[in-house]
Amino acid sequence: MNKTQNNKAWWLVVPVLILVAFNAFIPLMTVVNYAFQETFGDNIFFWEGTTWFEQVLRSPRFHASLIRQLIFTGMIIAIEVPLGIGVALTMPRKGPWVSVCLVLMALPLLIPWNVVGAMWNIFALPDIGLLGHTLNSLGIDYNFTRQPVAAWTTTVIMDVWHWTSLIVLLCYAGLSSIPDDYYQAAHIDGASRWAIFRYIQLPKMKRVLTIAILLRFMDSFMIYTEPFVLTGGGPGNTTTFLSIDLVKIALGQFDLGPAAAMSLVYFLMVLLICWAFYTIMMRNEEQ
Amino acid sequence: MTNPNKWLVPTLYILFLMLPIYGLLSMSFKTTNEILGGFSFFPQEFTLANYKVIFTDPTWYNGYINSIIYVVINTLLSVTVALPAAYAFSRYRFLGDKHLFFWLLTNRMAPPAVFALPFFQLYSAIGLFDTHIAVAIAHCLFNIPLAVWILEGFMSGVPKELDETAYLDGYSFWRFFIRIFIPTIAAGIGVTMFFCFMYSWVELLLAKTLTSVDAKPIAATMTRTASSSGYELGLLAAAGSLTIVPGAIVIYFVRNYIAKGFALGRV
Repeated sequence: MNKTQNNKAWWLVVPVLILVAFNAFIPLMTVVNYAFQETFGDNIFFWEGTTWFEQVLRSPRFHASLIRQLIFTGMIIAIEVPLGIGVALTMPRKGPWVSVCLVLMALPLLIPWNVVGAMWNIFALPDIGLLGHTLNSLGIDYNFTRQPVAAWTTTVIMDVWHWTSLIVLLCYAGLSSIPDDYYQAAHIDGASRWAIFRYIQLPKMKRVLTIAILLRFMDSFMIYTEPFVLTGGGPGNTTTFLSIDLVKIALGQFDLGPAAAMSLVYFLMVLLICWAFYTIMMRNEEQ
Repeated sequence: MTNPNKWLVPTLYILFLMLPIYGLLSMSFKTTNEILGGFSFFPQEFTLANYKVIFTDPTWYNGYINSIIYVVINTLLSVTVALPAAYAFSRYRFLGDKHLFFWLLTNRMAPPAVFALPFFQLYSAIGLFDTHIAVAIAHCLFNIPLAVWILEGFMSGVPKELDETAYLDGYSFWRFFIRIFIPTIAAGIGVTMFFCFMYSWVELLLAKTLTSVDAKPIAATMTRTASSSGYELGLLAAAGSLTIVPGAIVIYFVRNYIAKGFALGRV
């Protein structure tokens, strides 16, 4: 759209600016304060320079949570994207079943995150949960509170359960924008199922898929509540992702300096991803 | 294109989605003895006792009331301030507009865990700790950027001629905006409100950090039960089942627009 140059438009943005800046700048400055200084309470601070940052960047604990975080994010994207595309492709296009599918599929997205964790905890309990009981009676030894592999699998499946629908809904929206003529033309040309997918459906989904993948990347990168309620980061530290580790350090051990330094490093990583997201999306929009 | 087995994939997928929800629901109708006694697919002694506790005990039902109060305040606040801002972004170029838009987005992506402790200090310092307003304002951190983005997407779909004709007809900006523009994008506003509602409803970390008694959200009440009073699984399941209800109700009204909203108004 052709936009008019008008600097008075700033006035329309001011309320948003005040509210968001209040929530963003002041807390961020607090974090910066703690990251470079040592405090023993009473608002007395000692300059520490970059000590905390060096400590965090060298700490094996931080590396371990970061690697766990990256593996987790990689795994859920590798599962959710193909599954989401597959379900979207097979969903009905017309008729009363469309609404039923949409409402049922969107349901997991609207459940409070700690309830998602609690629900899966109940579902997976080895002796009395539906999943845990079924697996164990099938002869599979399964106990997510004690076996790291079971804890990981359960966390990943929980996330697949929770968020695949987001990808389904986005792809479905992309697919519904394809006119019927395209399919008829492909049919007349004798195009194969794969050719239709590759040359008609995939290009139409490209834009929404970019959004979907990047949203999933960022949201899974700051996942906290669901795995915390499900496994508490355990057994041991095996499902302790970045946010869980951060809260453990900040509120559990009250090591404010290292926690603040870690927050800033963490936030910078998210900012980088964000910037990539923004650049890709803007380029898409200009096309 | 027509494959008789096509319904199989969505059906299996929906079944997979419904199973944990069924597990929760069926547990909420069981007695504690039955739950701890072993697994059963259907409740053997069907009981409503768990729901009765929730609807009669103030610490439980106040949790729902608190959650709904701050979610509603947040939704109204976010959408009200986001409307003019989204209009500015969709219609005008101004100094630093692109940077501002990006900066807004970064707040949507900020990990709440980073902000939990500073938020606690900030809201304690200004005396808003444990109020609904505190949570409502704190959730603006991610809901305003989201609202601006979705609304901007919807507004960009409205041709600019609408504005120009109205101005030629002698409408002032605010009169045009309220009388003509807002009704035009009503669907977009509905979707935006739905998303603000949803993200404020599902968020727990900040809501829990900023409240202790008077404004304690239902989600936090549940965590307390889970940890302190041991194995009240039936009660927990009933409370969890009830948190699904508001979402299920609002989702029905926006089902046809929901995908567009998730795409930040950009499908």
